[in-house]
Amino acid sequence: MTIQVKDISKRFCSTQALDNVSVAFGENKIYGLLGNNGAGKSTLLNIITSRIFADNGTLNLDGVNMVDNDHALNQIYMLGEKNYYPESMRVKDALKWAQAFYPYFDHELALEIAQRFNLPLKKKITALSTGYTTIFKIVIALSSNAPFLLLDEPVLGLDAQHRDMFYKLLIECYTKNPCTIVISTHLIAEVAGIIEHCMIIKDGRVIKDAPCEALLHNGYTLTGPAALLDEYLLGKQVLSHSSLGGLKTASISGAIPNAEEIPPGLEIGKMNLQEYFIQLMSDENNSVARFMEDQ
Amino acid sequence: MQPIFDPHKPIFQSISEWLKGAILTGIYEEEGQVPSITEISMQYKINPATALKGVNQLVDAGLIYKKRGLGMFVSTGARAQLLAQRQDQFFDDYVQPLVSEAKSLQIGAHDLKDMVERGYQ
Repeated sequence: MTIQVKDISKRFCSTQALDNVSVAFGENKIYGLLGNNGAGKSTLLNIITSRIFADNGTLNLDGVNMVDNDHALNQIYMLGEKNYYPESMRVKDALKWAQAFYPYFDHELALEIAQRFNLPLKKKITALSTGYTTIFKIVIALSSNAPFLLLDEPVLGLDAQHRDMFYKLLIECYTKNPCTIVISTHLIAEVAGIIEHCMIIKDGRVIKDAPCEALLHNGYTLTGPAALLDEYLLGKQVLSHSSLGGLKTASISGAIPNAEEIPPGLEIGKMNLQEYFIQLMSDENNSVARFMEDQ
Repeated sequence: MQPIFDPHKPIFQSISEWLKGAILTGIYEEEGQVPSITEISMQYKINPATALKGVNQLVDAGLIYKKRGLGMFVSTGARAQLLAQRQDQFFDDYVQPLVSEAKSLQIGAHDLKDMVERGYQ
C-alpha cells in the first residue's frame, strides 16, 4: 500500500502552512519527517488523516481518494497532539473502546505494553502526567496494528528511559508486524538510526526527500585556513560556514569529493543526520548566525 | 563488547565491524549462533534493514551462514579468515599512522623500535 500526497497546499489566515507538497509513503518503510517548529509537519499529517482539509491537491491510497474515505482512514493510525477521548474516561476503558475504532487493534498487546510502561489503568486520561499521556498514546498506536502509523512527536515529555523503551518497542512491533511508520520529531539524533528515508520540511515546502544514506552522502564539511578554504569554495553550494580565528569550517551540499581533489591543508569531514539538518536550516535568514559573523 | 557508532560512518558498517570483532575475540564461537536481526536492531535501536545490511556483509564474505528457520551461525574457519585479514591490514591501519605521528614528534626509527620492544615486555 502506498499513500500518495500530491500538490497539497494549506493556508491558515496569512500563513502558508503547506505549499504544493508532494510526497509518497511506501509499504513497510520507516520515514523521518523532520522540520523546525511551524514548518508544517503536523499540518501534513493532519491532512493525510482528514483531521483538517487541504485547500487544494490530492491524497490517494493505492490510487483511491482517501479524503473522508473510511476504508482508507482505517488503514492509518495517527498519534497526534490532541486527545480525542472523553475527559472523564479511564485508561482501561479507553483501551477497550479503541477496539471499536481501530479494526486491527490488539487489546491484549495494549495491556501488555501498558504494563511494561507501568501505565496506571484506573486513572482518568486527563489526570495523567505529560509523560504518561504520551505513553497512553504510544500504547494505543503500537497496538493499533494499522498498516500506516503516523507518529507526531511520539516521545513528547518522555524521560530518557521511557524513550529508550519506546524505540526498542517500536522496532520490536515493526519486525513482528511490518508496517509503514512516519516519525515526526525534533530529537533527530535519537531516531537517526531507525529511519530509513528522510523528508525535510521547511516553511511548508519539502526541501529534501531521500533515503538517509543518500542524503548524508550529499553533504560534507571542510576545515582549514580561511583564505585557502574560500578559494576552494568558489562555485560550491555552501550551506553554512563558521570561523574560529583564522580557521574556517564550511558545510557544503554536493557529492563528497575524493581526497585527491581536496587541496592539501583542507580537512574533509562527514556530517551525521542532525548536523546535516542544522546546516540545512541555517541560511542567511538565521539571525543568530549572522549576528555571530558580524562580531 | 559494543559496536562503536562513529556518527560519520554508515551504521551498517559499524554493525559489520562490531560483529567481525566479536567473532575474532571469540564472543561468538565458530558454529555458534549470532544474534538475530531483530535482537541486534532492538538492542542498538537501528532499522532492521540496516542491521540486515551489516550482517549480510559477513554472510557475503562467508564468515557467517544462515540456517533456514534456525538463525545465523559463525562459519568454521571464520576466525582464521578474520585474523589473516586483520594482519594484512595491520601495516596500513596501525603502523603507517604510528610512523607518521612519530615523525611529526621527531621520534626517529631507532627510538620507535625501542618503544615497540618496551611495549612487548
